[in-house]
Amino acid sequence: MSFSEAFIEARPAPPLERRAISRSALAGYFSLGVWTLLALSLVYLVVTGWDPAKFAKYGPRYLSGVWVTFTLVTVSIVGGAILSLPVAFARMSKSRLLNTISFTYVYIFRGTPLLAQLYLIYYGIGSFRPQLEAVGLWWFFRDAWYCGFLSLTLNTAAYQAEILRGAIESVPRGQREGARSLGIPERIAFWKIILPQALIVALRPYGNEIILMIKGSAVVAVVTVLDIMGETRYTFSRTFDYQAYLWAAIFYLAIVETLRHVWAWLERRLTRHLKR
Amino acid sequence: MDGDVSALGQLSGWLGHALDPLCGPVGIFSFVPPDSIVSCGGQGWGDDIAAGLKVTLSLALATLPVGIVLGFLIALAMQSRERSLQAAAGIYTTIFRGLPELLTLFIVYYGAQIAIQSLLAAFGYQERFEINAFFAGMIALSVVFSSYCSEVLLSAFKAIPKGQYEAGDALGLGRTQTLLLIIVPQLIRIALPGLVNLWMNLLKDTALVSIIGLADILRQTGVAAKVSKQAFFFYVLACLLYLALALLSSIVLGFVERWTRRAEVRR
Repeated sequence: MSFSEAFIEARPAPPLERRAISRSALAGYFSLGVWTLLALSLVYLVVTGWDPAKFAKYGPRYLSGVWVTFTLVTVSIVGGAILSLPVAFARMSKSRLLNTISFTYVYIFRGTPLLAQLYLIYYGIGSFRPQLEAVGLWWFFRDAWYCGFLSLTLNTAAYQAEILRGAIESVPRGQREGARSLGIPERIAFWKIILPQALIVALRPYGNEIILMIKGSAVVAVVTVLDIMGETRYTFSRTFDYQAYLWAAIFYLAIVETLRHVWAWLERRLTRHLKR
Repeated sequence: MDGDVSALGQLSGWLGHALDPLCGPVGIFSFVPPDSIVSCGGQGWGDDIAAGLKVTLSLALATLPVGIVLGFLIALAMQSRERSLQAAAGIYTTIFRGLPELLTLFIVYYGAQIAIQSLLAAFGYQERFEINAFFAGMIALSVVFSSYCSEVLLSAFKAIPKGQYEAGDALGLGRTQTLLLIIVPQLIRIALPGLVNLWMNLLKDTALVSIIGLADILRQTGVAAKVSKQAFFFYVLACLLYLALALLSSIVLGFVERWTRRAEVRR
């Protein structure tokens, strides 16, 4: 066993070892450099390829595309929200039949691509023209906008039904039992006690669903609806100018980021009573 | 050597035929009468749709590993202490989670085409260059998949207690070894449900590559619908195929999930 025989004087701490640059810092600077380079080259592309004539011709078209995307998504979200109510309640009901039907609906619309659903409605149902004319529905299935609206609504209804069901089932049983023991009728308990708590849980998934719908609505461009994506494809097919896609990217990113921040603010605001 | 390779090729070709669920010896379309529109001969569309199914599956299976590795690297970058790395990863996920998948696909498809063309022009070649639709689709889908995957993995990383890293230090493992031997096995278990969701989304997103001309399920059924004028039947068939893929993957992945949880206490 060894021990020091003399008292060791207090010494200053050893100098900090300066590492020249760590590997992760190197990787970070490199990847930031790549992003900067990419951004600069895009700016260069836009500046050198700037054409006032094109801007005057296609700029307004983009704005009308934004309006089409906005209205289509808004109407579909609202329609889907309405349609999701019976689906969600059928999913939660004790009836075996209702349960099976609603489960099948949700599974089919969540398990197949939106694009396939859109084709099925626009080209598939649209191929029954004589029958549709006979029942007076041809005006609906002739129009690409209506078909896009129908497929987006059916699709989002399936997702929203699951969101709603999950949120309502996440409210603890005790809340319902408490309401009953206070003698509050079932209906009032649902509207005043269960639903407000459920909607707070559902807030974030609803926001995600809206963002997914904005992104998903781009596929309606394939069946000739002139939304942002549709106008972009139109512009690109006329000009062969790559900028068309860059502008679409800017529009979509701006919309999605704005919505995301607004939603985050909304969530903070609505859940401030839950903060401890 | 050449003989071996061709024998292997024959074997895989034979296996591909034998296990083909649509046009193989026990395939669904092999049992329909030969003059029906979905038979596997020259008349019917069965063989074309079977080829489309293979393209869809191989695209999804080719995208998956690339997307997971990329997503893992981005998740590592996002939880690193280095600010610049965090920022770079944040830009990546913000962009590719904000853009519609269709737009990402177009940007990759036309962007790569234009970039390669201008590069060739700089070296004096003036030929038209067309990028492979499968490759473009794979890149675009991997990029989208990886940005969502990084979020799933990041939240899984956060669920692993700090003590696990400290245990790695205490055992004298290096950083890479700690990561591979201690963290990743737990990470897989935690992240698996999220990854299963992403796989389902990936299967559905592959339908988008039909728009840039890749002959997947939706493209093939679309062609069949146009030629045979039986649009409703063929698009229902396409939806059923996607549903079957989703059902099959949920069954298989359910087994995998149970297998990863075999060590947990049964309650």
